Amino acid sequence: MQITSIDDLQKAKGTGLNQLYPDKPKILVGMATCGRAAGAQRVYDLLHKKAQQEHWDGVVEKTGCIGFCYKEPLVDAIFPGKPRITYGEVTPEIAGALWEELAAGRIPEKQIMARLDMDDMVLNGGPRKFFKGKLKGFLAKTPRYEDLDFFKLQRHIAMRNCGFIDPDNLLHYIARGGYFPLYTTLTTMTPEEVINVVTFAGLRGRGGGGFPTGVKWASCRKAQGWPKYVLCNADEGDPGAYMDRSLIEGDPHAILEGMLIGAYAIGSSEGYIYVRAEYPLAVKTLQRAILSAREAGLLGENIFGTGFNFDIKLNLGGGAFVCGESTALMASIEGKPGEPRAKYVHTVDKGLWNRPSNLNNVETWANVPVIIGKGADWYRDIGTEGSKGTKIFSLVGQVKNVGLVEVPMGVSIKDLVMQVGGGVPENREFKAIQIGGPSGGCIPKEHWDLPIDFDSLWDAGAIMGSGGMIVMDNSTCMVDVAKFFLDFLIDESCGKCIPCRLGLKRMREILEEFSAGKGSLADLDEMESLSEAVKDGSLCALGGSAPNPVLTTLRYFREEYEAHILQQKCPAAVCKELITYTINPELCNGCTACVAECPQDAITGDKKKPHSLDTSLCIKCGACFEVCKFGAVAVA
Amino acid sequence: MITFTINGKEVRGQDGWTILEVARWNGIEIPTLCHHGALEPYGACRLCVVEVNDGKRSRVVISCMYPIRPGIQVQTESPRVANVRRWIIQLLLDESPESPKIQELAKTFGVTPSRFKKAGVDFACHLCGLCVRACQEVVGVQVLTFGNRGLRKAITSPFNAASKECLGCGTCTYICPTGAMDQVFQRVKG
Repeated sequence: MQITSIDDLQKAKGTGLNQLYPDKPKILVGMATCGRAAGAQRVYDLLHKKAQQEHWDGVVEKTGCIGFCYKEPLVDAIFPGKPRITYGEVTPEIAGALWEELAAGRIPEKQIMARLDMDDMVLNGGPRKFFKGKLKGFLAKTPRYEDLDFFKLQRHIAMRNCGFIDPDNLLHYIARGGYFPLYTTLTTMTPEEVINVVTFAGLRGRGGGGFPTGVKWASCRKAQGWPKYVLCNADEGDPGAYMDRSLIEGDPHAILEGMLIGAYAIGSSEGYIYVRAEYPLAVKTLQRAILSAREAGLLGENIFGTGFNFDIKLNLGGGAFVCGESTALMASIEGKPGEPRAKYVHTVDKGLWNRPSNLNNVETWANVPVIIGKGADWYRDIGTEGSKGTKIFSLVGQVKNVGLVEVPMGVSIKDLVMQVGGGVPENREFKAIQIGGPSGGCIPKEHWDLPIDFDSLWDAGAIMGSGGMIVMDNSTCMVDVAKFFLDFLIDESCGKCIPCRLGLKRMREILEEFSAGKGSLADLDEMESLSEAVKDGSLCALGGSAPNPVLTTLRYFREEYEAHILQQKCPAAVCKELITYTINPELCNGCTACVAECPQDAITGDKKKPHSLDTSLCIKCGACFEVCKFGAVAVA
Repeated sequence: MITFTINGKEVRGQDGWTILEVARWNGIEIPTLCHHGALEPYGACRLCVVEVNDGKRSRVVISCMYPIRPGIQVQTESPRVANVRRWIIQLLLDESPESPKIQELAKTFGVTPSRFKKAGVDFACHLCGLCVRACQEVVGVQVLTFGNRGLRKAITSPFNAASKECLGCGTCTYICPTGAMDQVFQRVKG
């Protein structure tokens, strides 16, 4: 279907809406990578096969991730005139039973997680109610999405279509208001107006730096040189972060539309999406989205008959974290080794192939159509003074509700962890949160009232980064955490400049001494001065921010470092060289569970008699500690 | 001409020059390792760092690549600069304690080997890339390249194979500041 006019777009929207909400039952399976990892493919195959075999008059469809990653696989039932019901943890084993009920037109209560009374659609003006009147029975008692602690604070703007549409279906995207902002842009706005709207909306780069997007676009528009390039950074690589992946897998057209609007504003006709090859589903989804947009005439020449041309090429990353850095990314697209270069001349002036280039990250692009569609004033109302809009975080680590969350800027760390995340596991205590990936920092409990926005995090020594949030409880040793992130960065450093390549290695060597109970307080000062040297001396942002995990843990958990150095103790009982396992004879009832578990045969003892542990044989693997149900194994 | 100051002294240079070029023209010493007048700057060793204040903020940049701008104030010996420089020399010295060029730098800046000093390696390659750039820009054959990344990064030839293109001219061994190229050269020229 060619879409070259507003009539075509309206028609596509009508068809799309009929597909989104047909007059028959519909079953949705969350099929982003997080769902597939939990078995969603098998669930989908099973439901799909059953529907075909039984000639079911309904639709079984896949969709992206709505954020409930801890309850995957997710299956949703949308029956005409009924609220949308979400079922959690629908494993392939129980999907059959769920099918029996749904196919018979019944909504079972088992595994039910939440209901959705209406779809607010974000872009399409006014919400769409799923039913009229009052709900009865258990449905009335089923919590609505907005009643769940996990969702209460959330607001899905960039993720507006994730979990609602089939990402491979262009019409679904249009049905929810997609490509209308592009039409408005191309037919009623000048490039300058577009830049002004984005600038006034206060959108800041979601890739980490938080640079004002409109300002960047304006510089690129002004830059001399042709052609100009519009680039999308989808080389997401922070440990524990998957915001961009989910956005691509759930709503690829939002990114394409954002880039189209940006290209119009900047004056570019060529774009690249640099996506890491380790995201096979995201790559496929993007390929299909680009193809379908091209077929519809939404990418290519003379878009909407306005004479505006723009097309997008996909570039797969070869597995280097540093290629998420803008200049390394451009070098990689050029076919050179992914090494950063000095940015004394900005990439908006001389970027890809030395031409003016505008790079934004996936989430930034996904926000753009909403800003145009809803207006800058609407967008400015969300968030804080200096940071507008929402931000997606992948909330992971020692937290109950692991998942993808999109919250307005300014929500406090405490609310995010305790309410949205549901707190840390039982009998543990929240200790710190690691924000911003390997280049970010650890923020302790004392500062958990800190609002999450670009400037507050910067002042606290962390960065917004792309949105990884790793929650840590009191079983985490901060020296160990610093070691983990340094290991990651040492491995991912391109090795070009000396402060990063050798400096990080030296920092790691000093940390290793700490966790072995060696080292002195003077080494802490050494560490700080080396950190400054690496920050100041490194070529790119990877090296420039690499000491952050060390510096923030030193800043907030200095006493923990000192305990390692002065008392040769690891307070969290993690650093192996500083801990000893012992068996408390008063608590041990002689169940022999640990005897069987110990790989070293270091534990001996008869049944029903207190066991003893030979510390000279012990390798401190902790297996006895894990297996003991009576708390008789102590570690200190 | 562009006018600015280095260590408080007013200096001038042409548009497109770098801070390092202007500094050297004025007899102001800035140490370098990966810089060579005949080659494009690469910015790997970071020894040539200076602190630049552009009126808005002060930051540490590398003088071999930073283009001069009117009114900037450049410091070549500020505490931040000295800290970066000292650490780079320290790290290099511990990596290849016997390299004459590094020893000379260490002596100038009063750096002595630390407890992390490497044993058994006398002439470690610092990946300054002079050989790669000389082979490409001066000889024009592109025999040498960087392989791998991070701590495993090394100078090599494409596919780590002996090169048919290598003329055996030895420019790379001549330009190498540490002596580490000798071994690679034997392997590459085949």
